[in-house]
Amino acid sequence: MSVLVNKDTRLVVQGITGSAGSFHTTQCMEYGTNVVAGVTPGKGGQKFQDSVPVFDTVQDAVDKEGANVAALYVPPPFAADSILEAIDAEIPLVIAITEGIPVKDMAEVKARLATSNTRLIGPNCPGIITPGECKIGIMPGYIHKPGKVGIVSRSGTLTYEAVWQITQAGHGQSTCIGIGGDPINGTSHLDAVKLFHEDPDTEAIILIGEIGGTAEEEAAEFIKENVDKPCAAFIAGRTAPPGRRMGHAGAIVSGGKGTAEAKVEALLDANISVAETPSHIAEALFKVWNP
Amino acid sequence: MNIHEYQAKQLFADAGVAVPNGTVAQSEQDFDQALSALPEGKPVVVKAQIHAGGRGKGTFKDGFQGGVHVVSDAAVAKEKAQAMLGNVLVTKQTGEEGKEVGTVYFTEASDIEKEYYLAVLMDRATSKPVIIASTEGGVDIEEVAESSPEKILKVLVDPALGLRPYQARQIAFGLELSGDSFKQCVKLVTKLYDFFWDKDCSQVEVNPLVTTPAGDVLALDAKVNFDSNALFRHPDVVELRDLTEEDPKEVEASKFDLNYIALDGNVACMVNGAGLAMATMDIIKHYGGSPANFLDVGGGANEEQVENAFRILVSDDAVKAILVNIFGGIMKCDVIATGIVNAARKLDMKVPLVVRLEGTNVEAGKKILADSGLALEPADSLAEAAEKIVKLAAEA
Repeated sequence: MSVLVNKDTRLVVQGITGSAGSFHTTQCMEYGTNVVAGVTPGKGGQKFQDSVPVFDTVQDAVDKEGANVAALYVPPPFAADSILEAIDAEIPLVIAITEGIPVKDMAEVKARLATSNTRLIGPNCPGIITPGECKIGIMPGYIHKPGKVGIVSRSGTLTYEAVWQITQAGHGQSTCIGIGGDPINGTSHLDAVKLFHEDPDTEAIILIGEIGGTAEEEAAEFIKENVDKPCAAFIAGRTAPPGRRMGHAGAIVSGGKGTAEAKVEALLDANISVAETPSHIAEALFKVWNP
Repeated sequence: MNIHEYQAKQLFADAGVAVPNGTVAQSEQDFDQALSALPEGKPVVVKAQIHAGGRGKGTFKDGFQGGVHVVSDAAVAKEKAQAMLGNVLVTKQTGEEGKEVGTVYFTEASDIEKEYYLAVLMDRATSKPVIIASTEGGVDIEEVAESSPEKILKVLVDPALGLRPYQARQIAFGLELSGDSFKQCVKLVTKLYDFFWDKDCSQVEVNPLVTTPAGDVLALDAKVNFDSNALFRHPDVVELRDLTEEDPKEVEASKFDLNYIALDGNVACMVNGAGLAMATMDIIKHYGGSPANFLDVGGGANEEQVENAFRILVSDDAVKAILVNIFGGIMKCDVIATGIVNAARKLDMKVPLVVRLEGTNVEAGKKILADSGLALEPADSLAEAAEKIVKLAAEA
């Protein structure tokens, strides 16, 4: 009951020996994620936690350990290069946690993705989790519970808020996808909604968005035309001043575009239950979903 | 990151984008020398240098009209510059408080045949750079896009291929140029795109781009924004940052890697994560309050950052109450609680404080707060916290 990652995932971690990479990889291993390899150029031959082999290249991790998902904790100046390396090694799913990658680098990565079979999640995201099976990223594992709600979000802690509300109500999540707060990302709200739409074990969908761009509107349009599953949503940034970047590089209202009002209107038009405050996301879902 | 027009024009000139000759002065003593570098007896444009737009139609606090003047000669230019320097200019983009003018820019006045619009920016929808051009220059381009979208020309550039010559020609043909103007426009568009790409700009805008009666093509104005994420590879650009143009609290916060934006309300907030920080501002408003700021302390804030965050929040005299909202994941609630207690004691905080903690080690965190003896209100949910803080701010 999940999308993209599960107990069969074989994870390679790029930047596994760095401080963020080693800390979060340890957490993910404790959660039960199957980490089969790490990559740090120049440190090939070492072992991480005395058990996980470290390689010089992603291709080695694929050839020798059969890695099929890559997670990236590589610092911003080198992150785009690491994503391109994973694409060249034909890893089907790459999850970039790194925050602060130059937009130009991501434009180049995006152009390369278009001619590959790799799906990128992120960058600048908390990662992805299928509760009880596989956690890849920086989210606290224990707030999640296996279940039937698919969650997609641009924000980390705001997702935890929604997850926790669902868990406290006695329900759980199929998969939670953090798509990241950057203006150019690999997987959009729409892509994630399509995955949940097709997943037989996801019964309901929560979409969490914020100001900037039109990704939420595009997802709403698809839901309106195609999705019968109950959907709830929350949009952050109703009080954000125009022209200012609100922490996330992509969270900006510019030239009157990307306002919270326009997004809420599109969501309501698609019959999606929109939460008035971040404290009422689960409540908004239970208005349209009777598990 | 934004820069001044005169800095942008210098970068343009260095990159081979044609601009009128210009010089700057930052004190009255510099006026004569600056003006002597321009051709004698010719008209001069005097421009107040602040980051906000709408300068031409702005008004100075002492009643002097206009941050941009075209004058007949250097003597008049000097008078205008004297009236501007050190004066506070209010435009539709500065807000009521306006911006003090620390630099005046003098340029040769160009004879204008026609005004055009030209910009390069990153298009989110396609993840590609886009060049936008229009025969309607010198006016608000968003109004043109609204009223006559057919007059807006867009050319998407493949980031892997770069701008191709035929695309630069598309722009010049689209602007209905011919002869030498056509050639100059193709060159200018090409150089401008290279500048945008090489310097990691998020936006480059030339409004207006002009043709002169002699057929020359010039960038008469220049607005450049840089991608903050890429500044690490452009130390020359970082040097152009003018801290006097930024809110002092925001400058202070940036020293501690805190993401802070000043707003005009009276309920301060401290949150981990940008999305949750925005949502916390929204919920304060939802319950009838008004947020004083956006503050994201990040995913791994330490005690020192928490303390500095509080110091910056209480330095705002408008702040009547502070809401802390932390959903601890990697960040542990007990660590945050210790940081809050230490900061509250050190800073001798007088304003009411509501703290909502959730997540990793939440019970230990709540105990530290309860045992501290500090007058702070705990809250279990964000809604409860917001209701409490709005009430406290109203009573203060």
